[in-house]
Amino acid sequence: MGVATYIKNERGEIEEVTLQSGIKVKPVYGPEDLADVDYERDLGNPGEYPFTRGIHPGMYRIRPWTMRQYSGFGTPHETNERFKLLIVHGQTGLNVAFDLPTQLGLDSDDPLAEGEVGRVGMAVDTLRDFEIAFGDIPLDRIGSGLTINAVASIILAMYQATAEGYGFALDKISATPQNDILKEMVGRGNWIFPVEPSIRLIGDTIEYSAKVMPRTNPVSVCGYHIRESGCTPAQEIAYAFEIAMTYIDHVLQRGLDIDDFAPRISFNLDIFGNIFEQVAKFRAARRLWAKLLREKYHAKNPRSMWLRGLFGGGGGGLTKQQPLNNIVRSAYYALLSALSGTQTMALCSYDEAYTIPTPQAAIISLRTMQILMEEMGLRDTVDPLGGSYYIESLTNQMEERITEEMRRVEEIGGMAHAVETGYVQREVAKQAYLYEKALQEGKVHKVGVNIYGEEEGEEEVQLHEYNPAAAEAQIKSLNEVRRTRDKKKVTQTLRDLEGAAKREENVMPYLLESVKAYATLGEMTRVFKEAYGEFKEPSIF
Amino acid sequence: MTDKRIRVLVAKPGLDGHDRGAKVVAQALRDAGMEVIYTGLHQTIEQILNTATQEDVDVIGLSILSGAHIPLCEKLMRRLREENLSDILVVVGGVIPKRDIGKLNDMGIEGVFPGGTPFVESIRFIQEHVK
Repeated sequence: MGVATYIKNERGEIEEVTLQSGIKVKPVYGPEDLADVDYERDLGNPGEYPFTRGIHPGMYRIRPWTMRQYSGFGTPHETNERFKLLIVHGQTGLNVAFDLPTQLGLDSDDPLAEGEVGRVGMAVDTLRDFEIAFGDIPLDRIGSGLTINAVASIILAMYQATAEGYGFALDKISATPQNDILKEMVGRGNWIFPVEPSIRLIGDTIEYSAKVMPRTNPVSVCGYHIRESGCTPAQEIAYAFEIAMTYIDHVLQRGLDIDDFAPRISFNLDIFGNIFEQVAKFRAARRLWAKLLREKYHAKNPRSMWLRGLFGGGGGGLTKQQPLNNIVRSAYYALLSALSGTQTMALCSYDEAYTIPTPQAAIISLRTMQILMEEMGLRDTVDPLGGSYYIESLTNQMEERITEEMRRVEEIGGMAHAVETGYVQREVAKQAYLYEKALQEGKVHKVGVNIYGEEEGEEEVQLHEYNPAAAEAQIKSLNEVRRTRDKKKVTQTLRDLEGAAKREENVMPYLLESVKAYATLGEMTRVFKEAYGEFKEPSIF
Repeated sequence: MTDKRIRVLVAKPGLDGHDRGAKVVAQALRDAGMEVIYTGLHQTIEQILNTATQEDVDVIGLSILSGAHIPLCEKLMRRLREENLSDILVVVGGVIPKRDIGKLNDMGIEGVFPGGTPFVESIRFIQEHVK
């Protein structure tokens, strides 16, 4: 049984099914369930408003989804090798993992970074690390997801400087920094600065990218991590949209036109769960986003109305028990992602409940997506589930649920306020607890966890080893950069950066100068901390 | 330990920001009648010690998902001994590979609860082992 709660009678027959988003499923659907559906108004052809069936007319016939496994660890050299391995095996985009010190703006030799350098991603201290990690990568052909949020502005400046240094034209490179700080405050925890200045930094990257790096997607709004933290699929979309609207409202205040930047906003959403609820979630989300952009923000360009996304991950559905089963689960998640019309796909690897994926596990994830694309007919026709009595009915109900959750956030003053006061965090923690209880009480079935369990033997996965030597090498390289750089230039550019931050001027051009002078990530972050202060978590218990 | 409510500090040491498990366990312990204080994220071992002392807790529950559980637990146990706070029961949860459980036991941490441990198990352990 998938992710839903079931009431059964004494004969074991299912009497009632309730999906995570609270929708009750009928035993059978028919034409009467489509009575209210108007094809032109509610569905439209693929590539036409409201884009329920997909944002492109030809979808995967024209262009298969991008396959972008999350990778990066240890030193920039090791990361560069992994990138090349994945590209050789047919991966079409990069998705860079950074270690925790980098995500929190700490240099590798900061006392707080001890034991964490290179552990869960690549360590970055200065531009030198980017030059190494992206050496020999065709940045004009391969786009890069950069999983970084609190210091995304700094990392984006490093990416720009690297591309410039290697001679790539800025209108050819495509970076997708995650750059969604509100979801970090709700679900992933890698925040530094308070809400308001954090939103301003995101505004800076959006405004700057629109002018300087037009193919960059400056923000990838993540329902994903909020869902992984526990919320329902309907809440996932509602919170992601409220977050996206917070950024949009901020940028509009700067005098930009909605069509100047909305086309480059993308989404990162979760594929874990009941297949049909997820497919309906994505179709409802596409329709609702298009309506919001046209009706609320008066966008004219259809691209502004496109919900473009990475529908991937699914980590919340994978289990520690019987880890090889996760390969099967991920294949189903990949299937639903393709059935939902994703632009980009990435899967959690089967060993991720234990460890950073081994190369073998990462390749299996890539092959899973390739098998789906090459062998299963997913490229043949667009939105193959469109018109299904069940799917269309569920799509309508998901849209209602999403709208309802959005209204709740708006009633308490919008997402920035909801995050500052802990409303969303409380809601998410509550749902996580309910789900865990349902799992432990056997109300939600999980193979290998609460049904079909086996006596657990030794771990069946090979663990990724933390390499302290890599941390030492990273610190040595950082010290080498510090010794050889032009110190006066560093001081001057950091002083200029401080001035811009305090004047609330767009910091991006100043960051670029600091980066090029080989200022460290920690030095630039300290400038921001002094100008902005630090986020204080609201108490939610 | 029958009439006094057990006070538990649920703590997130280190830089890892995944606190779904910590918050879920905090709610389960509270439902089991314990008083629960949650530190929030990005705590140093010193900050955790300070909170534990100020709040006069009986138990510290560390939640660690980054893989850094061995060095973090070593440091906490050393500091507890140095501060004469060894009467505080320490338990740890998160992404803990089996092969590390013995190492944690050797440090004096007997309550090791990898992700997915039933609430009843960790609750019973705390009730039976609190000093």
